[in-house]
Amino acid sequence: MSETQVIDAHGEVIDDDKRDFIFIATGAAAAAGAALLAWPLVAQMGKAADTLAAGSVEIDLSKVAEGQQLKILWRGAPVFVRHRTAKEIAEAEGVDISDCPDPQTDDERLRPTPEGKLDPRFLVMIGVCTHFGCIPVGESGDFDGWYCPCHGSHYDTSGRIRKGPAPKNMAIPDYVYISDTVIKVG
Amino acid sequence: MSGHPSTYEPKYGATKWLDQRLPIVRMGADFMTFPSPRNLNYWYTFGGILALCLVSQIITGIILAMHYVPHIDFAFDSVQRIRRDVPFGWLLQPMHAVGASMFFFAVYVHMFRGLYYGSYKAPREVLWIIGCLIYLVMMATGFLGYTLPWGQMSFWGATVITGFFGAVPVVGESLQQWLLGGYAVDNATLNRFFALHYLLPFVIAALVAVHVWALHHVGQNNPIGITPKTQKDTLSFHPYYTVKDAFAVVVFLLIFAFFLFYQPDALGHADNYIQADALKTPPHIVPEWYFLPFYAILRAVPDKLAGILLMIGAIAVLFVLPWLDTSKVRSMRFRPVARGFFWIFLFFCFILGWCGAETPDNMVPFMSVGDKGLNFTWLSRIATIYYFAYFVVILPILGLVENPKDRPESITKAILGDTSHSAAAPAE
Repeated sequence: MSETQVIDAHGEVIDDDKRDFIFIATGAAAAAGAALLAWPLVAQMGKAADTLAAGSVEIDLSKVAEGQQLKILWRGAPVFVRHRTAKEIAEAEGVDISDCPDPQTDDERLRPTPEGKLDPRFLVMIGVCTHFGCIPVGESGDFDGWYCPCHGSHYDTSGRIRKGPAPKNMAIPDYVYISDTVIKVG
Repeated sequence: MSGHPSTYEPKYGATKWLDQRLPIVRMGADFMTFPSPRNLNYWYTFGGILALCLVSQIITGIILAMHYVPHIDFAFDSVQRIRRDVPFGWLLQPMHAVGASMFFFAVYVHMFRGLYYGSYKAPREVLWIIGCLIYLVMMATGFLGYTLPWGQMSFWGATVITGFFGAVPVVGESLQQWLLGGYAVDNATLNRFFALHYLLPFVIAALVAVHVWALHHVGQNNPIGITPKTQKDTLSFHPYYTVKDAFAVVVFLLIFAFFLFYQPDALGHADNYIQADALKTPPHIVPEWYFLPFYAILRAVPDKLAGILLMIGAIAVLFVLPWLDTSKVRSMRFRPVARGFFWIFLFFCFILGWCGAETPDNMVPFMSVGDKGLNFTWLSRIATIYYFAYFVVILPILGLVENPKDRPESITKAILGDTSHSAAAPAE
């Protein structure tokens, strides 16, 4: 250091190490500040508190007749509540799921009643095609379940994807039986 | 702006004073006297037409924003109110909506012109890439704007397009909900789409300024692709090309006026006159006509993520085109083989547009009997393969093996007909 000492106009020794340190420290502080500022600018686009709070819906299953489907708007998306016929239940249970793109048994797609049993009559799922979010049409398609008119995805009577471009089964929302006939979604 | 020595001489004290401080008058004067190749044909007037489109969209857009209400309960009605009750709203709203279609029509002509005459080749790569960026921002703006009337196609189009982001591995769902501001397309989505739709045209305007800057730095390409060598090869932009552009603009506005006054809804979709309903998907979702070819590419693949990647690739490939086309000859006029492939490419772009408008499982007329033969999924697959093959196989190989025709020495010689190659040259 000593042989390369540089003196500035005021007669002071220029310490390059000190200058580098100040330069890097200033840059680091500015970068950290920019990142801290960017955080709220980005985060504001996420779900607002009222959207998150738009919480839960209770559904009375006894009002859904056999072969009927209820469509309820929950968190901006439709929830299908289908009272399946014996034939539909048999079809849903009789599938060799190793052939399915997203293997799931019919039982895995149901939730237990207060007695801890499964009631295969009622299928509750988010009625949104997992391809691009269209709403599939009921009682249609090659598997008697749902058919999405947008890009031709076929779902079976358990809401499982069987054919077409959709990658996953229709989603099962978080729900619990709060009595034998009433469920609470969300 | 550079490219040619300035000939501007400030005459008055005030203009001399200003010229020393901000040479803005000089910039305008240099712009008007810019030496342009003397053989530019009418395909070269679409740059000017596009500038007009952008200005028209911004002016009518700002006016619409004064009357439009970006809320899911009022948006649909407010657009109807503009068309029925606001003074001259019947004129200004379709001017904006039809204008979007005319804008895309003009940009496609402009882009195919660039493809045909090799306007993307050295030294115009950056000019071309900025143009691709403008097109990309235009697509975003068009999509966001189509959401605003809050009809069924607005809503479900927005659902499908934002669903693309949901296909990103791992973070897809969070990303999609962050963009939407909720679990599904809702008021938060409409609000932010409105804000962004207002912003992006000004981004386009800034990119256009850079595009024109790049153009004036490297100079215009021309139909024979031969760089101007002497002053005899060029003409002053004004009055020669201002007048030529003006005439083309008048013809363009006649077509615009036909749609505006007689068919204001022909380029839209009837379902968008039904208010958005989150519980009912229209039986057949289609995007605006200018996105149909990309929609067909998306649907050609049975896998969600692969379809999206292919669709992105269809646009991304344009950005690297300057390095894919290995031929040193710019204009297709001197590339008889490439020219044939170009017309097939254009044909398949139309085919893709057709496929995008049809239901995938439907059979193609004249190419099927009953349910045997070609359906639209397979037609779009064939067209998609050609689309990509044109860029990544045909152009790279052809540049190496094709034997181009002899090119004229200069633009002037090509026009004056004192060479044997003049027959191929334009009589502009």
